Amino acid sequence: MRLTKKSDQPAAATAGLGLSRRRFLKNSGIATGGVAAASMMAPGMMQQAQAKTVAHNVPTEVKRTICSHCSVGCGVYAEVQNGVWTGQEPAFDHPFNAGGHCAKGAALREHGHGDRRLKYPMKLENGKWQKVSWDQAISDIGDKMLQIRQESGPDSIYLLGSAKFSNEQAYLFRKFAALWGTNNVDHQARICHSTTVAGVANTWGYGAMTNSFNDIHFCKSILLIGSNPAEAHPVAMQHILRAKERNKAHMICVDPRFTRTAAKCNDYVRIRPGSDVAFIWGLLWHIFENGWEDKQFIRQRVYGMDEVRAEVANWTPEKVEDVTGASEQEIKHAARMLAENRPGTVIWCMGGTQHTTGNNNTRAYCILMLALGNMGISGGGTNIFRGHDNVQGATDLGVLSHTLPGYYGLSDGAWKHWAKVWNLDVDWIKGRFDPQVYQKLKPINNKGIPVSRWVDGVLEEKTRMDQKDNIRAMFYWGHAVNSQTRGVEMKKAMEKLDLMVIVDPYPTHAAVMHDRKDGVYLLPATTQFESYGSVTASNRSLQWRDQVIEPLFESKPDHEIMYLFSHKLGFGEQLFKNIKVNGSQPLIEDITREFNAGMWTIGYTGQSPERLKAHQQNWHTFNFDTLKGEGGPLDGEYYGMPWPCWGGAEMGHPGTPILYDTSKPVAEGGLPFRARFGVERDGISLLAEGSYTRGSEINDGYPEFNDKLLKQLGWWNDLSAEEKQAAEGKNWKTDLSGGIQRVAIKHGCAPFGNAKARAVVWTFPDKVPLHREPLYTPRRDLVAKYPTWDDSESMYRLPTLYKSIQDKDVSGEYPIILTSGRLVEYEGGGEESRSNPWLAELQQEMFVEVNPADANTLGFRDGEDVWVHGPEGGSIKVKALVTPRVDRGVAFIPFHFGGRFQGKDLRDKYPQGSDPYVTGEAANTAMTYGYDPVTNMQETKVTLCRIEKASA
Amino acid sequence: MANMKFLCDSKRCIECNGCVTACKNENEVEWGVNRRRVVTVNDGLPDETSISVACMHCSDAPCMAVCPTDCFYKTDDGIVLHNKDACIGCGYCLFACPFGAPQFPSKSSFGERGKMDKCTFCAGGPEEDHSPEEKAKYGANRIAEGKLPMCAEMCSTKALLAGDADKVSDIFRERVIYRGHADGAWASNGSAEELAYDAAQPKA
Repeated sequence: MRLTKKSDQPAAATAGLGLSRRRFLKNSGIATGGVAAASMMAPGMMQQAQAKTVAHNVPTEVKRTICSHCSVGCGVYAEVQNGVWTGQEPAFDHPFNAGGHCAKGAALREHGHGDRRLKYPMKLENGKWQKVSWDQAISDIGDKMLQIRQESGPDSIYLLGSAKFSNEQAYLFRKFAALWGTNNVDHQARICHSTTVAGVANTWGYGAMTNSFNDIHFCKSILLIGSNPAEAHPVAMQHILRAKERNKAHMICVDPRFTRTAAKCNDYVRIRPGSDVAFIWGLLWHIFENGWEDKQFIRQRVYGMDEVRAEVANWTPEKVEDVTGASEQEIKHAARMLAENRPGTVIWCMGGTQHTTGNNNTRAYCILMLALGNMGISGGGTNIFRGHDNVQGATDLGVLSHTLPGYYGLSDGAWKHWAKVWNLDVDWIKGRFDPQVYQKLKPINNKGIPVSRWVDGVLEEKTRMDQKDNIRAMFYWGHAVNSQTRGVEMKKAMEKLDLMVIVDPYPTHAAVMHDRKDGVYLLPATTQFESYGSVTASNRSLQWRDQVIEPLFESKPDHEIMYLFSHKLGFGEQLFKNIKVNGSQPLIEDITREFNAGMWTIGYTGQSPERLKAHQQNWHTFNFDTLKGEGGPLDGEYYGMPWPCWGGAEMGHPGTPILYDTSKPVAEGGLPFRARFGVERDGISLLAEGSYTRGSEINDGYPEFNDKLLKQLGWWNDLSAEEKQAAEGKNWKTDLSGGIQRVAIKHGCAPFGNAKARAVVWTFPDKVPLHREPLYTPRRDLVAKYPTWDDSESMYRLPTLYKSIQDKDVSGEYPIILTSGRLVEYEGGGEESRSNPWLAELQQEMFVEVNPADANTLGFRDGEDVWVHGPEGGSIKVKALVTPRVDRGVAFIPFHFGGRFQGKDLRDKYPQGSDPYVTGEAANTAMTYGYDPVTNMQETKVTLCRIEKASA
Repeated sequence: MANMKFLCDSKRCIECNGCVTACKNENEVEWGVNRRRVVTVNDGLPDETSISVACMHCSDAPCMAVCPTDCFYKTDDGIVLHNKDACIGCGYCLFACPFGAPQFPSKSSFGERGKMDKCTFCAGGPEEDHSPEEKAKYGANRIAEGKLPMCAEMCSTKALLAGDADKVSDIFRERVIYRGHADGAWASNGSAEELAYDAAQPKA
């Protein structure tokens, strides 16, 4: 019998819902702290209501754009009616996501509402936010900058840029800093994957993800270490689970937490935070012991593996278990699975990079893949998932304190190269910088202060710094300060500054965490949906975004704001010499063309705006596994022309889908390892032995190409007359004609040479990666055996501490290891995503995960308020989440929250109507000192803490 | 005529909540009402498993059977919809529903519940298709445009499937061919003694 009754009664007609949002919210116990709920009634909501009144039959324009949250690069169809973003459709035909989205991507259309956005320029006056005009703001800020420049030099202005820039904005920002005359410019890559870029580039040439999300389909084994894609890169899990189901890939998750990713893996191995090198050496111990290494690959393509072998021999299973906590059985099983299931990939993220030993970790992961022979093949590789949507592009385009765009560095040669591209006199550029010499280097050639250290740049004794004066003005141009450690000192630094300028779609935590009364400006920038341009996904593919909507409120796109400042500051002519400007809007395509003209090192030269737009319009023609165009206008090209895309656009290089893959000719995306570290060392060749790309006319290793090598090989006459002129005295990186690259590739050779990868990096503090105990460790017994480095007098212009911090034993008072990470609903510092009601509703409370045993011992229960005290004086009041997800003695906090500081709610300090729906303590208020010696990456993954129940 | 169904493949579901915000986005569902949610069991334990849940559009729907005002109706595609104008907010459907799908905008214990709200399979309500009234009360009507529910269409890992039951079965059957089958869509990584196991993978 069916349950359903049949009825012929007509439904009763009553009027409307009879229910207002306001009344619901008043009654709702859901929004924690009623303020979040009340603030949903911001005036902006009215606009949303209007947006929804667009009638269904109004013509719809469909824009193609890319999600602006993480680096997977998911395609989006945005539907626009009457200029209003009314619909978001899944892009089933997009080769990266096939229509899929995580919580953030599926909530993207809220960007068209922007209820909690900063609506107009504001300045803090006597502790109150005042609305100002754009003209007034640019003029006031510009005057102050020029005054500081006069008194303290150009290095006292810090330009903190963003991984949320488009490629064009990123490039323009770096050029802006160069023409202002400072290397004090940086962005989130420093605190994201800088140790990856340094470690990986120094192993085999380029510091980027070697394969792609799609290529994971071909893996037979997948080692995830310090990576939680189920929360941080959910669409990557589409590819990973496809490999697991269809290719029987064996998945191993190595993490201190049993993550949502671990729940989908075949094996989970728990390690103590900060013991990655010991764990990898533990795997290699079994691999070498059983002869599972790829001997031919190592002989032909790897330098220095014997030195690694000697270090690995020390890491017997007992020692590894003592240091990492993982048993011999677990590690041997993992090693066997990796050995028996080749090709395999390693995936790592912030869990590996954000350590004082970050560069050692990333190199150890690379060495593991080299030993297994997993490099340069489909289904293998180091699949390093980058963070923000354009952190790869912003890194490539040099929004970094240690290099100009394209990793050219800061040498005189690098400046000469870029001055030529910019069509500027290099001496004029030099004249923009402070000419003094500090520690043997002029500021123009010396690495600037990294974003991780700006606080020290403000607070350090100026005589101990390698620049004229402290930082006196900070630009936070698309940056969440709560993603940085040492919150308490940061507050002090903010209060010491002369000027703070926050350029962002939202006010951010930086607007409220200090107690300043004036000298703070908020300038509303647009999101990427109110502009257009290119963006580089983690797999090195460049994608073109359409503009979806006009800028909301009074906000302006970043490149326009740069234009306005450059003119106020007196270098607008030079900045836009090659770039057409309409009104105050620089032409995006001209900026793309300018970086195309200079980015020879990493092959950002072939991706012209025209080609990028063609790829965008034809994204359905690329294969979902290989990313290769099949038929259509882009037959044989790879989607987004993953760099290096050699030569100029006219050469038609298809892009390089897998780095160092010798099975293809260079002209079709093949590559050997790069000859970056010389041709020999101690009498031993660093070049490849009998390994070369398919079709190469040189059947062995060879050095990088320059004019002399071409002449030596008898290939010089393959250059045209103009190319010869341009190539004379130049190499593959500095020949602006591209002739050297063209001819090398014509003969089947890689412009950057053909060398071995190196397992040892003799220019780094630890030649062979070593395990070193974290600065704050509960294992005092291991400190003597595995100590950190000595303090350094000067590193990135600043004294940097190691030993003096580690020597202080605080483990008695702070016994629990504290680590941090992500939640799927929020991105980065979270200001944007916590201002999106669809996301904010899902995560309303900042919390700390604590093991049930610890909670019982410490006397609190799930859901209770607790204080987490850090050993440097930062304390946060958060909810306890008692879970076996973390081990005894380990606590975890997510880092996306802000708007509260040491127990105090800062909501009333936001400009009215722009406070995010959800606020919470910033994790990093309690996180502590610690920087990688190569890149100054901050330590956010291991510190110590004390947790206690908060009294009511 | 189709027979519309949801299926959540728990071996694919990673609790990313993409389905939840896709629903909010498409239907402009207010804060506090969750037409769809992801439920995770054994959170933080080796057999942690997640599944996305909403109205399952039952073939023989208990909510329809018990509703005192008979506000429910079934479309030709097998989608269970309701008429908010007829709903009295009594909550009887919530008692009947095996999935906790019906939502009530007011949460106070003894106050009124408000009109029931639930997943419409993105098929709107009794009003004219795409009329402002339909949009305001029920959200999107994708079915009328020949599209499927947004939650499933945007699922990050293709765990959540929606559509004609035959098509959904075909997709799921293909997965089973690749990975083996033990307990259907409900499976974890634990051993056979536990709730389920993965037949495609060697036993622990």
